Amino acid sequence: MRILMFGWEFPPHMSGGLGTACFGMTKALVERGHHILFVLPSASEETCDSHVELLSASRIPLSEDAERGPLTGLDLHRIRSSLRPYPSPSGHRQPPPRRSGGRSYVDLTGQYGPDLLSEVIRYGNVAGAVGAGKAFDVIHAHDWMSVFAGLRARSSSGKPLVLHIHALEYDRSGENINRDIFEIERWGMTQADAVVAVSHYTKGRIVELYGIPAEKIFVVHNAVSRSEAQSSLQVVKIPVRKIVLFLGRITFQKGPDYFVAAAAKLLRRIPDLTFVMAGSGDMMIQMVERVAELGIGQHFHFTGFLRGEDVERMFAMSDLYVMPSVSEPFGISPLEAMMYDVPVILSKSSGVAEILRHAPQVDFWDVDGMAEKMAALLSDPDLARQVVEDCRIEMQRIHWDRAAEELESIYHRLIRSG
Amino acid sequence: MPSLCLYFEVHQPRRLRHFTVFDIGRAQPYEDEVQNRQILDKVAEKCYLPANAVILDLIRRHDGRFRIAYSLTGVILEQLETRRPDVLKSFQELAGTGCVEFLNETYYHSLCSLYSPREFEAQVMLHRKKIRELFGQEAVTFRNTELLHSNDLAAKAAAMGYEVVLAEGTERVLGCRSPNFVYRPAGAGIKILLRNYRLSDDVAFRFSNRQWREYPLTPAKFAHWIHQDADAQVINLFMDYETFGEHQWADSGIFTFLRQMPAELLRHPGFAFHTPSEVADRHEPAGILDVPDAVSWADVERDLTAWRGNAMQGDALTSLYGMEKDVRRAKSRKLLRDWRLLQTSDHFYYMCTKWFEDGDVHKYFNPYESPYDAYINYMNILDDFSWKLNRKKATA
Repeated sequence: MRILMFGWEFPPHMSGGLGTACFGMTKALVERGHHILFVLPSASEETCDSHVELLSASRIPLSEDAERGPLTGLDLHRIRSSLRPYPSPSGHRQPPPRRSGGRSYVDLTGQYGPDLLSEVIRYGNVAGAVGAGKAFDVIHAHDWMSVFAGLRARSSSGKPLVLHIHALEYDRSGENINRDIFEIERWGMTQADAVVAVSHYTKGRIVELYGIPAEKIFVVHNAVSRSEAQSSLQVVKIPVRKIVLFLGRITFQKGPDYFVAAAAKLLRRIPDLTFVMAGSGDMMIQMVERVAELGIGQHFHFTGFLRGEDVERMFAMSDLYVMPSVSEPFGISPLEAMMYDVPVILSKSSGVAEILRHAPQVDFWDVDGMAEKMAALLSDPDLARQVVEDCRIEMQRIHWDRAAEELESIYHRLIRSG
Repeated sequence: MPSLCLYFEVHQPRRLRHFTVFDIGRAQPYEDEVQNRQILDKVAEKCYLPANAVILDLIRRHDGRFRIAYSLTGVILEQLETRRPDVLKSFQELAGTGCVEFLNETYYHSLCSLYSPREFEAQVMLHRKKIRELFGQEAVTFRNTELLHSNDLAAKAAAMGYEVVLAEGTERVLGCRSPNFVYRPAGAGIKILLRNYRLSDDVAFRFSNRQWREYPLTPAKFAHWIHQDADAQVINLFMDYETFGEHQWADSGIFTFLRQMPAELLRHPGFAFHTPSEVADRHEPAGILDVPDAVSWADVERDLTAWRGNAMQGDALTSLYGMEKDVRRAKSRKLLRDWRLLQTSDHFYYMCTKWFEDGDVHKYFNPYESPYDAYINYMNILDDFSWKLNRKKATA
């Protein structure tokens, strides 16, 4: 089967879990004999040896009808001038279409900047050209950024569209949602032929908050890829010091403030602990200041955004991983932590909690409960080992091949009914 | 006869290297040797060597009538000893003229006067010894880090045998009085000289500012302003030595200004150059100066907020000085020295978040991208240091 995929992240062009998930998923699909054309907003040349055929939207000429603007049937209000669904240090320009050889191209950065919405619209515009120029059987779009692209490709090709929801605006922003993004998500899910949710937790929220019929939503859990490089990593742990890790974007969605609060509580009881907050995000400065106010900076460290091997080293050095997310559609990091025999504590508001049922789970707001469970796992090595072993057994059931198999059956169903 | 009192502060911090979580507990060095070496070389070539040459020439030309004072921190002296002995030699040459007074301060350019009387005394004694060894002078004038001053500090300095102490001439302590007199701190038998910040900053901050109403500042104009106050006891011009060639670049004409200024000032027969201790010998205090809360020469606030104005600085300082007992118990020269190097006030200055009027100055001197980075990096190092300390405790 030939699959046309639209996504905002793909290694090495990525900032978070979306890219990791797309990588694992496509690899398994390719291994099952499928061909994937993956369209990124912007990709450099060096990624050409990927298992998918990577295409940069910035290098696709605009089709004749493409400059008309966003698709009709959707009413966007643009109530906020600045859009930051994911924070990014880099700003955004809005360049005019670039002309070359009598054709027009749009320059896309593929970052999450303040001008993301217009990038998303321009990205959608060029996708029409791909829909008309390539052969494929099904369109698979990831998250709201790809909604326009997916729908354009469908209208120019007539092929069915799967919209894969990795995160909702409600997850990222809580109650203070951006209406435009919410509308794009709802419109995309209404229009799509099928919706894939990364967890039952997310499926429930799609039904409840977006009013999408449950029948067209399919749950496909994420998995984790175990690459050979990871298993060879040797890290000498610092004796005596135990490290508790938070790894993820430092944003509202991930609940970093609850982690800091729990750390301060625990340090009063066990002073010789080290907490590490790895990642960056729009709440980072606030968290640094909070740590300073609590007077725990000597035991609470920030790493900034970690890449590649540093992520692995960080997991390997840690004794406990905590995911205190306010709302986590899936949450792939705990699975990565498990691969380094690091026990995890999960937020109940997460998809991964559906899979790792033996991992201790907490309400993100229950700081005392979180500190309690941290203390228990840190002070009882037998308990920590037991959690790791139980979770490992559960993890054996999750692999990308199973997710790929489930996606395959969704594709078949759509092609048959189409 | 009004005295003209020139004093220059000479200091370069030992900047810390990028120290991550992965370095903690792994015996990694704290300092960025390469950067420190590069900066020292740059400042030596742009400021110390050319400025010292000008000063030496002025002293010779004016035949003892041009007199100045320096304070070199222990931190820069060590760096000069090991890396730029030529620069150290040029300072020693100035000492040999008999026209230069060398002051005392805390060896590590630290804020220990605010945290530990014991550590304060130790660092001042270390510096006194160093100055005696290198310049053959027994200092009688004390200047605290960044001109931090209070009644308490004056009493400490007096108890340690100093006769003069330097401070900022801010309205907060002077009220409507003039900084151009010698004062006596409340409760201490010592004299205090106050920086005339307007005239000092005309040179140190505004000299090359083309937006400034008085630009360009000529030696004649500057002398004219000073000569206005013929009833003064002393005009104190205190500034960083790096003003010459580093903060104000050579092409701004700052060296020409320095070369010509003394002659212009001496054109008025009523004015003469004196070093701080000479000023104290000549003039009796005109009044009492009561400073219950600390003042400094930094920023518009002239208080402690450049180093201790936010939670990050508070956390870093409290954690650092909280280790004092353990450091002393460890009885390790290496650990004591590491702890002291971490006290250098610049580390806390980099964490300052006052981005408004003084933001530019902070940014200019800041090797970090943001004050948050400075805090994060410092606390990683502090954790590593406490880890070393605990290991020593465990093996002792």
